[in-house]
Amino acid sequence: MTSKLDSKIPEGNLEQKWTKYRSTVPLVNPANKRSLEIIIVGSGLAGASAAASLAELGYKVKVFCFQDSARRAHSIAAQGGINAAKNYQNDGDSTYRLFYDTIKGGDYRAREANVYRLAEVSANIIDQSVASGVPFAREYGGLLSNRSFGGTQVQRTFYAAGQTGQQLLLGAYSGLQRQVGTGNVKMYARHEMLEVVTIDGKCRGIIARDLTNGKLERHFGHAVLLCSGGYGNVFFLSTNAMGSNVTAAWKAHKKGAMFANPCFTQIHPTCIPVSGDHQSKLTLMSESLRNDGRIWVPAKKEDAQALREGRIMPNDIKEEDRDYYLERRYPAFGNLVPRDVASRAAKERCDAGYGVNKTGEAVFLDFAANTLRYGKIEANKKGIQNPSQEQIESLGKAVVKEKYGNLFDMYEQITGVNPYEQPMMIYPAVHYTMGGLWVDYNLMTNIPGLYALGEANFSDHGANRLGASALMQGLADGYFVIPYTIGAYLSKEIMTKAISTDHEAFVEAEKNVQDTINRLLSIKGSKTVDYYHKKLGLIIWNQCGMARNEAGLKQAISDVQALREEFWSNVKVPGDANSLNPELEKAGRVADFLELGELMCKDALERKESCGGHFREEYQTEEGEALRDDENYKYVAAWEYFAGNKWELHKEDLIYDNIKIAQRSYK
Amino acid sequence: MEKNLNLNLKVWRQKNASDKGKFEEYKVNNISTDMSFLEMFDVLNDKLVTEDKDPIAFDHDCREGICGSCSMFINGQPHGPKQGVTTCQLHMRSFNDGDTIVVEPWRASPFPVIKDLVVDRSAFDRIISAGGFISVNTGNAQDANAIPIPKENADEAFAAAACIGCGACVAACKNASAMLFVSAKVSQFALLPQGQPERHQRVSEMVAQMDLEGFGACTNTGACSAECPKGISLTHIARMNRDYLAASLSSNEK
Repeated sequence: MTSKLDSKIPEGNLEQKWTKYRSTVPLVNPANKRSLEIIIVGSGLAGASAAASLAELGYKVKVFCFQDSARRAHSIAAQGGINAAKNYQNDGDSTYRLFYDTIKGGDYRAREANVYRLAEVSANIIDQSVASGVPFAREYGGLLSNRSFGGTQVQRTFYAAGQTGQQLLLGAYSGLQRQVGTGNVKMYARHEMLEVVTIDGKCRGIIARDLTNGKLERHFGHAVLLCSGGYGNVFFLSTNAMGSNVTAAWKAHKKGAMFANPCFTQIHPTCIPVSGDHQSKLTLMSESLRNDGRIWVPAKKEDAQALREGRIMPNDIKEEDRDYYLERRYPAFGNLVPRDVASRAAKERCDAGYGVNKTGEAVFLDFAANTLRYGKIEANKKGIQNPSQEQIESLGKAVVKEKYGNLFDMYEQITGVNPYEQPMMIYPAVHYTMGGLWVDYNLMTNIPGLYALGEANFSDHGANRLGASALMQGLADGYFVIPYTIGAYLSKEIMTKAISTDHEAFVEAEKNVQDTINRLLSIKGSKTVDYYHKKLGLIIWNQCGMARNEAGLKQAISDVQALREEFWSNVKVPGDANSLNPELEKAGRVADFLELGELMCKDALERKESCGGHFREEYQTEEGEALRDDENYKYVAAWEYFAGNKWELHKEDLIYDNIKIAQRSYK
Repeated sequence: MEKNLNLNLKVWRQKNASDKGKFEEYKVNNISTDMSFLEMFDVLNDKLVTEDKDPIAFDHDCREGICGSCSMFINGQPHGPKQGVTTCQLHMRSFNDGDTIVVEPWRASPFPVIKDLVVDRSAFDRIISAGGFISVNTGNAQDANAIPIPKENADEAFAAAACIGCGACVAACKNASAMLFVSAKVSQFALLPQGQPERHQRVSEMVAQMDLEGFGACTNTGACSAECPKGISLTHIARMNRDYLAASLSSNEK
């Protein structure tokens, strides 16, 4: 471990670390809290829950989001559910099991102490959400319902139809708005953070741009929390919202915060396939569908060919001619293997020539078998003797509709195909980024006073995140971790008076932002921002996507460098800096992605092993499974930035005292 | 099957809140029926930028029909001709070759235009701040299963909570009433045991804020619910009216 990376993991047994630490972390008395200011960037699950909780404690909070309302942060789009070790199903779940599943699911590249804490507080999140009025799905007895997700063998996922993220975010948002109403939180919507201000090595504020009139604003804070989400949009096509970006985290990185494991990105197996060049984003079909959907491709290549040419329909293919490849390769977990495994398996079949749509990049997700099973159960419940096939189908469809109705509707709107009649077609797409700003146990980056929460940090999911764990982590960080851990820093800041934003550090930071904006507007080249974004996305998808290799990554690095140079000499940004200018906003974000893209490839090149979402073709078993190298790569790769896009690697060794590391098997 | 369309667009252009604004006409060609309505706008904007013209500003983010950002008034209907979808989920297969499509921003005085099709909907946030919450501080919660909630109540609360806050209800209403939006939140909490302690106070304060923001009165035309992309039901307005009356009649509440 290099001296620059102190993870500050408390001493003691794993089970007691958090409880003990929580009880000994220094406190800030209520009177002092009133004079301490906290800036929060991003209003998703992590940002909204942190803002509400910190304001309730008495801190003065400012929240910034680029959307027109805090409620629109992209957490809203999370579909399937949120994990918690409640063991309501009596199926053997426990804090330890959730901890173990998460570490294993992350392919042994996450910190034990952080993940154990996450599992510990998971149950509180459900309690808190229900208390704030989140209408989770319930059984007829009035108690909460659960479902299964990938990478686990217990039912621990709480959900609200296919809109769990929406319901949880609206819960956190209502808590946030309540504090806005009391004046404890000041909300800055349609504002984008464009620089971090540091004074004497400590983070002291930000520069933000009011997107409606282009004015740059200086804001002081005793601490700054980046809750700005992940960087999946580096790929251009992803399940992220159009505005999701890395800019806040990247500006912090360039000010000295280390960026950890950038190559750990998650490709989600069940998304609607790309339909054409016009595509602006990809849409996820929730992992919860894998509870009831069976994934298959034709067993015969000629059938796949006929499907691609539209000569036959999927239902024409007989049962014995179908290859349920996940059930075949992974009998123990079947269709519920983790996301990275399911994605690679789909790519493997499609690369081998078994893809089922016109591009050859799609597999089927089929609900027919389970629709019939549900239909029979319903017929039994209703006492229908000898139900007809049609009755069974219609009863079954009603059950499927209740569970996944909104997802099926969305699928039909996008593709024009009715998934109740035809199996869905799906293909993997970029969904989540496990990498992010390096943080210690307190969620503080290596810049004192600068924190990163939720997807913006790297800490809990290792090399692959399990389904329904992102919502859990965002809310854990915001509701139950930061309110305690921030005391360790702020208790020493009570004598720090608010620093005037006339301070030279603010003046200089604002000038940097202004210079970048002026530069972007003055290029007046010939290609649009999207043109460069699409090109970048394709490079990263092809060379740093589901499979990577040395030659490809080296090529990608030079391609990204060349593209970046072209961008800065030929991009065309219309309009001016003094009004609403979405093209200018995009240009700034793409400029940052063009730097991050290089670092992702560099990190992927450096990590000469396969683990989780990072699959290096040179390192695989004979059966094509990922081959980890614990001897040499059991570390967090934290990159330090130097001017001119140079980086230095720092390693934080991962220590497993409580889990015996093994090859990850879902067979 | 996929087809290509040539279309005429009439789009509202307005530089800022004080500008008078006017329609401008654009032609777009070779639009695939597989495109979403917003992707068609992407194509148009790309063309405008290339031609050194000012691209059209519009709100959008998730493009999955859940964030509530997109807000176009298309051919006289919020979110366009299709029922139950937001503009981002409206696909070009709902249109025909040669169609003229008129696109305007939400028109309601509590939603002032910022630029082109972008309006300021912060009034909704202020209504939520006035009472659209359950006052429970982090850490105060009891076990989530301590109070069973009848499934039908939970389901109905969820149906209300599915509101995405896009403002289509206001745009659809001839009075620019926000009753559907406000009642969805009031109703969600009124149906849950956790929402009972503040039930009367909540409805009074949210309605007061709604009036303060300048939203119009409800005259029961039902246009809001008919145009709501999430199918929020008028029942919630009825429930809110009952609660509001009860709150006004009870002496210990303001």
